[in-house]
Amino acid sequence: MEKFEKVTGIAAPMPLVNIDTDMIIPKQFLKTIKRSGLGVNLFDEMRYDDNGNEIPDFVLNKPAYREAKILVAGDNFGCGSSREHAPWALADFGIKVIVSTSYADIFYNNCFKNGMLPIVLPEEQVEALMKDAEKGANARMEVDLESQTITDSTGAAYHFEVDPFRKHCLLEGLDDIGLTLEKAGAIETFEAQASQWRPWV
Amino acid sequence: MSPKTLYDKIWDAHLVHEAEDGTCLLYIDRHLVHEVTSPQAFEGLRMAGRKVHAPDKTIAVPDHNVPTTLDRANAATMTEESRIQVEALDKNAKDFGLHYYPVSDVRQGIVHIVGPEQGWTLPGMTVVCGDSHTATHGAFGALAHGIGTSEVEHVLATQTLIQSKSKNMKVEITGKLAPGVTAKDITLSVIGRTGTAGGTGYVIEYCGEAIRDLSMEGRMTVCNMAIEGGARAGLIAPDEKTFEYVKGRPHAPKGAQWEAAMDWWKTLYSDDDAHWDKVITIRGEDIAPVVTWGTSPEDVLPITAEVPDPASFSGGKVGAAQRSLDYMGLKPGQKLSDIEIDTVFIGSCTNGRIEDLRAAAAILKGKKIKDGMRAMVVPGSGLVRAQAEEEGLAQIFQDAGFEWRLAGCSMCLAMNPDQLSPGERCAATSNRNFEGRQGRGGRTHLMSPAMAAAAAVTGRLTDVREIM
Ligand code: SF4
Repeated sequence: MEKFEKVTGIAAPMPLVNIDTDMIIPKQFLKTIKRSGLGVNLFDEMRYDDNGNEIPDFVLNKPAYREAKILVAGDNFGCGSSREHAPWALADFGIKVIVSTSYADIFYNNCFKNGMLPIVLPEEQVEALMKDAEKGANARMEVDLESQTITDSTGAAYHFEVDPFRKHCLLEGLDDIGLTLEKAGAIETFEAQASQWRPWV
Repeated sequence: MSPKTLYDKIWDAHLVHEAEDGTCLLYIDRHLVHEVTSPQAFEGLRMAGRKVHAPDKTIAVPDHNVPTTLDRANAATMTEESRIQVEALDKNAKDFGLHYYPVSDVRQGIVHIVGPEQGWTLPGMTVVCGDSHTATHGAFGALAHGIGTSEVEHVLATQTLIQSKSKNMKVEITGKLAPGVTAKDITLSVIGRTGTAGGTGYVIEYCGEAIRDLSMEGRMTVCNMAIEGGARAGLIAPDEKTFEYVKGRPHAPKGAQWEAAMDWWKTLYSDDDAHWDKVITIRGEDIAPVVTWGTSPEDVLPITAEVPDPASFSGGKVGAAQRSLDYMGLKPGQKLSDIEIDTVFIGSCTNGRIEDLRAAAAILKGKKIKDGMRAMVVPGSGLVRAQAEEEGLAQIFQDAGFEWRLAGCSMCLAMNPDQLSPGERCAATSNRNFEGRQGRGGRTHLMSPAMAAAAAVTGRLTDVREIM
């Protein structure tokens, strides 16, 4: 995985609550057997009309936000299915950071596995950032994972919390499987014991 | 020993390693795999030259893409892309030596129906699958939850998962349910109460008399939708009904192992004085047959209610409710029971089990669906289908005018050809009413199998108690 560097870029506002994974990437695009190439279909049904033409009003179709790297979204972002295609599509579009008051559990996990940072902030702060993001091309924000701060275009900085292990993995670009395989001994011991007391498993 | 919840007990029994920062490595007893969320994980394994750590604990079945029409053995019934995904699973299952139920096997079906049916899901286990409705298996007192594809790869390679512990939430449903009220009404009503994010950060244990009274099928329906309430998992403590259901299944323990397993399974309950981070109590008597009116599973109301006014909500929900009503083509104040429908879908991992088909058939017996209505039953597995045929249910459905399909996910998420067209309105027994879930522009109302059957007869959302 690539290391998570400081992110500076445009933030796009999506004030809708409960943005679900079906909206982020509708199921017709889950038929791929690859991880890449899903960015063009990100938010497909909100982004294109029935003939496949862009809907100009949709935020990521507006000139100011086409290069957005940050998404500021309403509560409970990413609810619904476990499809990792959702973070893959966001990442492929270029989104590195999401800001919201809360996320669905599986989506939240999936982000970290793909080098993306989902930031949780209190409602007033998300609202302030949402307002800032509405300024279009001027809404350049900076996200520094090292110091756990996000700074908006006015210079207002907000501190966010992140699990230390996940932070470490993002900053170092560590692969979970590699880390776990270092504990192969512990897994073997567990299996040996389990085969004694739960042989039916 | 300090008192523990059921979740605490299962967690402790599977803890492989705990780091100083609290990050835990949890052992996984069963890994269920389907064709949509696994190809990239197997590709990852191959690229890293890794093997499947415990193929014997890994069970694969194609379900999401497979056509449910009788001619599905013909490859032309699938789109090229769907065919490639199913073929990839065929190949991965074979190459890595997994337990596999191909489309041609009568045991094939929706992964969350096949697992319990074959006895793969047992009390006290940890069960994961690259699918959010893995929560279903919690009905057995197994800690079961959905994972993403990177985690699928992680479990394949290590048979463990990196986890942090969730908080404990108790949802108690007291007393008895009224006639016409089912497990689906319980689980939807809970989400209506807590919201789709109400369970975020928690594992829910469902308990109380109304839960105890449910069959295993009903309990699976309740746990299935725990994820729709945002919870990581739903759990129900195993009891005699659970043991009875499990006993004799192909992969359940036998003989002395059965006795040993029972000794442990009987300790799987939350201690009386266990600590709960959140408790919700609902009186069973207060639960009515419900339907959803919007595009989030929390948009739940009794069938006797009216479409709500978005202005009656607060915060971001005002806009979301307005958007829902625009999408659903509904007006505030409209009676829910006046809403006319075009299509009925009975099936999915929420309500595709034998008891669900019995409940729907009981309503349909001797009746016909409304003229012009499209109605289909998609059994959750080939074995459910066979049993329903044996019990004469298939005949009742067909006499009423329903299509009688082969097993799969079908119109629950419309990855196969079973889809709604724009504006088409469906009474569905599945679990998600998201925009476009059943087909672009399609409008979904979630409800119980009996309610869906009633709607098929009258052509509108209907209070099942009127025709019981
Ligand atoms: S039936 Fe629906 S919810 Fe269940 S596994 Fe299939 S697609 Fe997912």
